[in-house]
Amino acid sequence: MTVLTEELKNHVGAELPPFEFEISRGDLKKYAVATGQRLERYLSGDEAPLLYLFAAMMPVVPLDRLLPDGRQPDSGLMPPLPLNRIMAGGSEYQIHRKVYAGDTLVCRQKFVEVFEKTGAEGPLLFLVFENRFETRDGEPVVTERLTRIAR
Amino acid sequence: MMKKRIEAGEKLTGRTWHADTVQLFLYNAAIWNPHRIHYDLPYTQEAEGHPQLLIDGPLQGDWLTQMVYEWLGGNGTLTAFAYSNRRAAYVGDVLSTTGEVTGVDGDIVTLDLRIINQRGEATTVGSATVVIEPSR
Repeated sequence: MTVLTEELKNHVGAELPPFEFEISRGDLKKYAVATGQRLERYLSGDEAPLLYLFAAMMPVVPLDRLLPDGRQPDSGLMPPLPLNRIMAGGSEYQIHRKVYAGDTLVCRQKFVEVFEKTGAEGPLLFLVFENRFETRDGEPVVTERLTRIAR
Repeated sequence: MMKKRIEAGEKLTGRTWHADTVQLFLYNAAIWNPHRIHYDLPYTQEAEGHPQLLIDGPLQGDWLTQMVYEWLGGNGTLTAFAYSNRRAAYVGDVLSTTGEVTGVDGDIVTLDLRIINQRGEATTVGSATVVIEPSR
């Protein structure tokens, strides 16, 4: 029995409005310490390690909107699912240029693919999202394909 | 640090991580992640059934990139990176990064990356593509 419904397939192509964020030296320095970086260009906050961009994706919402497990609610990009246990499936990044303190980036998020596989304990849904990080002028900086797995 | 000539099979210098609650707290504060499984041990055990607080998947992804950045030593650029978390990693685990050159095509080098726990199990696997600077 398939769990890949027409409604889910029709959700492919959905996008969120782009949002901007600034890369601040102070935030980069904290991130570098927290992750255990040893290279001076990160410890000084001059340059952003690639995975710092994950922090940029974290929504800042009021305390009373957080879920009982502490998490922020899912973005509107996640379609209604017939399976309710969601796992991280990994990320693939294409890096077009480095990110530096003082940069302002624009992030465009899109739901780009959904497919089904059969796991040992039943059906698995793979949901693929694209996060495009660009400059304000539209120059590509990093493109991420992020997979989440529902089971 | 890199040698003069890179060949398939060359090992990257890994690093062993003992992430504790302090690092976990600072990391989740730095990325603004309020998920209880990283700081609320009673919730993590009773509601989610884990034995300990969980080490974030993206933190392990970052550790893999650190190994690549340090191996490059400023003599190259990371152009592609992928990682996938394969099993849970917990506070108290000993997590070691390992890496190996899988291919060399001119100035483009591909790498296989992973994090192994104290039982020899891969918690995170990854790959990277780097472009070596001609000056090295």
